[in-house]
Amino acid sequence: MTYNAGNYDVIVIGAGHAGVEAGVAAARMGAKTLMLTLNLDMVAFMPCNPSIGGPAKGIVVREIDALGGVMGKVIDKTYIQMRMLNTGKGPAVQALRAQADKALYSIEMKKLIENEKNLTIRQGMVEKLIVEDGVCKGVMTETNAAYYAKAVVVTTGTYMRGKVLMGDLEYESGPNNQRPSVKLSENLQELGLELVRFKTGTPPRVNSHTIDYSKTEIQPGDDKPQGFSYETTEFITDQIPCWLTYTNEFTHEVINNNLGLSAMYSGAKRGTGPRYCPSIEDKIVRFNDKPRHQIFLEPEGRDTEEVYVQGLSTSLPESVQHEMVHSIPGLENAEIMRAGYAIEYDSIVPTQLWPTLETKTISGLFTAGQINGTSGYEEAAGQGIMAGINAAQKVFGKEQVILDRSQGYIGVLIDDLVTKGTNEPYRLLTSRAEYRLLLRHDNADLRLTEIGRQIGLITDERYENFQVKQQAVEEEKKRLKKLTIKPSEAVNKIMEEAGATPLKEAIKAYDLLKRPELEYYDIERMIDKNTEISNEVKDQVGIQVKYEGYIKKANEQVERMLKMEDKKVPDDIDYDAISGLATEARQKLKKIRPLSLGQASRISGVNPADISILLVYIEQGHIAKIAN
Amino acid sequence: MMETDTIAAISTPIGEGAIAIVRLTGEDAIQITSKVFKGKNLLEVDSHTMNYGKIMEPETQEIADEVMVSVMRAPKTFTREDVVEINCHGGMVAVNRVLEIVLSEGARLAEPGEFTKRAFLNGRIDLSQAEAVMDLIRAKTDKAMNVALKQMDGRLSGLIQRLRQDLLETVAHVEVNIDYPEYDDVEEMSHDMMRTKTKEVHGEIEELLSVAKQGKILREGLATAIIGRPNVGKSSLMNTLVQENKAIVTEIPGTTRDIIEEYVNVRGVPLRLVDTAGIRETEDIVERIGVERSRQVLKESDLILFVLNNNEPLIDEDLKLFEAIQGLEYIVIINKTDLEQKLDLDKVKELAGERSIVATSLLKEEGVDELEKAIADTFFAGEIDTGDLTYVSNVRHIQLLKKAKKALEDAMEGLELGMPLDIVQIDVTRTWEFLGEIIGDTASDSLIDQLFSQFCLGK
Repeated sequence: MTYNAGNYDVIVIGAGHAGVEAGVAAARMGAKTLMLTLNLDMVAFMPCNPSIGGPAKGIVVREIDALGGVMGKVIDKTYIQMRMLNTGKGPAVQALRAQADKALYSIEMKKLIENEKNLTIRQGMVEKLIVEDGVCKGVMTETNAAYYAKAVVVTTGTYMRGKVLMGDLEYESGPNNQRPSVKLSENLQELGLELVRFKTGTPPRVNSHTIDYSKTEIQPGDDKPQGFSYETTEFITDQIPCWLTYTNEFTHEVINNNLGLSAMYSGAKRGTGPRYCPSIEDKIVRFNDKPRHQIFLEPEGRDTEEVYVQGLSTSLPESVQHEMVHSIPGLENAEIMRAGYAIEYDSIVPTQLWPTLETKTISGLFTAGQINGTSGYEEAAGQGIMAGINAAQKVFGKEQVILDRSQGYIGVLIDDLVTKGTNEPYRLLTSRAEYRLLLRHDNADLRLTEIGRQIGLITDERYENFQVKQQAVEEEKKRLKKLTIKPSEAVNKIMEEAGATPLKEAIKAYDLLKRPELEYYDIERMIDKNTEISNEVKDQVGIQVKYEGYIKKANEQVERMLKMEDKKVPDDIDYDAISGLATEARQKLKKIRPLSLGQASRISGVNPADISILLVYIEQGHIAKIAN
Repeated sequence: MMETDTIAAISTPIGEGAIAIVRLTGEDAIQITSKVFKGKNLLEVDSHTMNYGKIMEPETQEIADEVMVSVMRAPKTFTREDVVEINCHGGMVAVNRVLEIVLSEGARLAEPGEFTKRAFLNGRIDLSQAEAVMDLIRAKTDKAMNVALKQMDGRLSGLIQRLRQDLLETVAHVEVNIDYPEYDDVEEMSHDMMRTKTKEVHGEIEELLSVAKQGKILREGLATAIIGRPNVGKSSLMNTLVQENKAIVTEIPGTTRDIIEEYVNVRGVPLRLVDTAGIRETEDIVERIGVERSRQVLKESDLILFVLNNNEPLIDEDLKLFEAIQGLEYIVIINKTDLEQKLDLDKVKELAGERSIVATSLLKEEGVDELEKAIADTFFAGEIDTGDLTYVSNVRHIQLLKKAKKALEDAMEGLELGMPLDIVQIDVTRTWEFLGEIIGDTASDSLIDQLFSQFCLGK
């Protein structure tokens, strides 16, 4: 018998990386929130690589933190290694990556959500949504518990009709042998949502004691203490290295000889796998001229001997996996503790979502994370926080929050998903962002803290610190504009050390900082040192001044883009009534239902002429309204 | 929306009519025109006035055309914005040149139907006509696309595609260094590698642009001047060429100046016969406009037909003309072979060097075939490679090529300044996008496709 198990403002299905962000955000915004998960021992679990961050993804973690999310704080407490990547390149592409202690990350996150006011945690399998008249009213679990809410966020990851594949072995399962979610998937389909089958994979884990590290290259973390969260003040200094080794012709021979045994290569029709995360089988087949491929050995934590063999994602039979692993230098005697496998799962076609992550067909139903066709913990968490925010905003009758493409990678990610869709699991890349010079690791707080504050996720103390920093940056820039540096022996010595041509005429400190060879810290030695500002402020000033020209150019582009975003498409627009639209454009527009002309212009198959026609049509409506 | 920027287009049917009009609308319309206009200060003239003057090439300060400019200030205009109409001479030449000039000064080439769209958006056109506006945009776009497709030379799109692929591979290389910093199968892209690549593509774009100029010559005709002393038979020559060959464009006496142009097609070579200062009237260019001015006219010509009288000995004036055309492309025509030879042929041969000499009797219609052959030979054997001539045809292509070139120059400047490659790459990507607009390929996914097909990436 069904029983009423309680009323909430927001229900979050799932407690993975998307789920915890959604649940915490909604709860902190004041919504009475319920989080349901299949297995409470798997909160924020990392079923694949033990790392968080990297190019683009690391910046997402910073953005989540600037909005008031939790991923950055928890990884800062639990990493075993931290590195800043791309330090030899420009500031726009630098990003942090942490190797995580998987178990500890999960434990810390569980602690965090357990202690969250307004947030109820419960183990349970959701089997269906309660939907009345196109409005989502709650969820029903397999134990016949009916929970009611004003908004529901589905973050089921790769669990929906999950199927594990290894050689000819296949069984229904979520990742890491968790129970799959079968009925919910069927229910979503019944409710009219279009699903698609995707696939991803994971490599074997081996026992650290059985690795001969002397045959590999060490990959240590950075000495410099650094973290994802703007609020982290204590950094872990005791770091654990990763190790690098390579496949070779023997490895490739083993794979080639057994290709027909690979679950993904056996010829059966399978879900689409991501190109950016290919299995080792894919790599050998598609790039058969490569004599070797990199393999990174990544420890899964401090209190475990399991080592993740990055680069060896596979769905070959277990027996072949042994042979393959043993062909690799350093792994000759390695014992596999868990074999690699591929997993197939259902996700929903993301063009069925508004940019708020609410589904278009069912009001109050939000989805976030891998269910939306993405891959990666960071992509999931970024959607999670936005879905949580918008679910709570909806409950409180407040305006929905949409980040545009110039505000964050999160904005790029969601806009790509809902506007263009994806035909493979979607991963963020820096090249997906057209304004990446503005979407930097260093300025995520400057971009998003204000929004986090407005929706109530940023504390007073933090906001105050942020304002102080913001002001310090502006004032220091002003100061540098006023200060003149004259050529002198001391000054030119610093110039020389930095590899810059000596100064001949007096110059403003601000302009001198624009020279590519000079850093803020060089300029600082030529002027009165500002002892009141942090290194973070100095770095920020350095970047803003040095790349001013490029930043300005990018901002001009953004302005043009925003003008198009500001032209809203009315909800009730009837595309069939617009004469002159090309057929393809009409079909796409009817499906995507863009909120603005800007979004419309990014739909493939919608041409500038269609946008012009759409604009004229919309304006006609406006003029008619005014006339009435 | 970008609805306040200034747009420009040729608003009269191309190649027809005695007058062709370049129209601009937008907040900078008057300012842009005034920058290249020699005459009254357009910023100060009254609204709704016609102003006589010249449009000047900004770089060379040469006269592009003699024009009448209508200045109409907002809001009493077709679009309710500031509108300028530049009345040029008919035909293709002047009006295209003027359009290019205003585009290079900051106007944007209008999309099909965009003037009407603006008029509508600014409330100038009745609401009931919105439907018509939408239909117009659609119709004009489809038509423009057909024309563009026709004008798009296979070789041009092939070349652009190759350049784009080159740039795409370069960009993908930079991207792979960024997104997969630990991926060691590929060398880290260096400033030098990037410099080589950008220079290479920049050179190719420059060449395309210079070919574009030549391409224009073929479409519009080689500027051909007929010179010689009075009574040598210049007007007979002009008449013969026009009568013998089908005139492409009928005679258009200019409304405000005294240059008459005739378009003729001589064995596949289009000639624009420039009757400089009216040969027919005075028969004496030197006398009429002075030696200095005539030299200028000669310099602007692509081909000179220099007529001598077989019946008279060489005099000082002939020698002066020989001197004036030194270093230029010319053909010597010895006319009136029906009369007694008094001309010193050996001397003429000596003066002409390797240039062709053709003997004619225009009166008896003799030697005309030989002359036409000489014209064709001169042209086809010349430096201009006719195979490339139809390459870049329309103003839109040229504008995009110029934008691509500028973006690439920004990238090269960044390289010289030592900017990080991921920043330099922003401008390289823009170049790639501009080139893509030429061939109508703006899909942004191709970079990611390239990334994963070029490199074996994965965790």
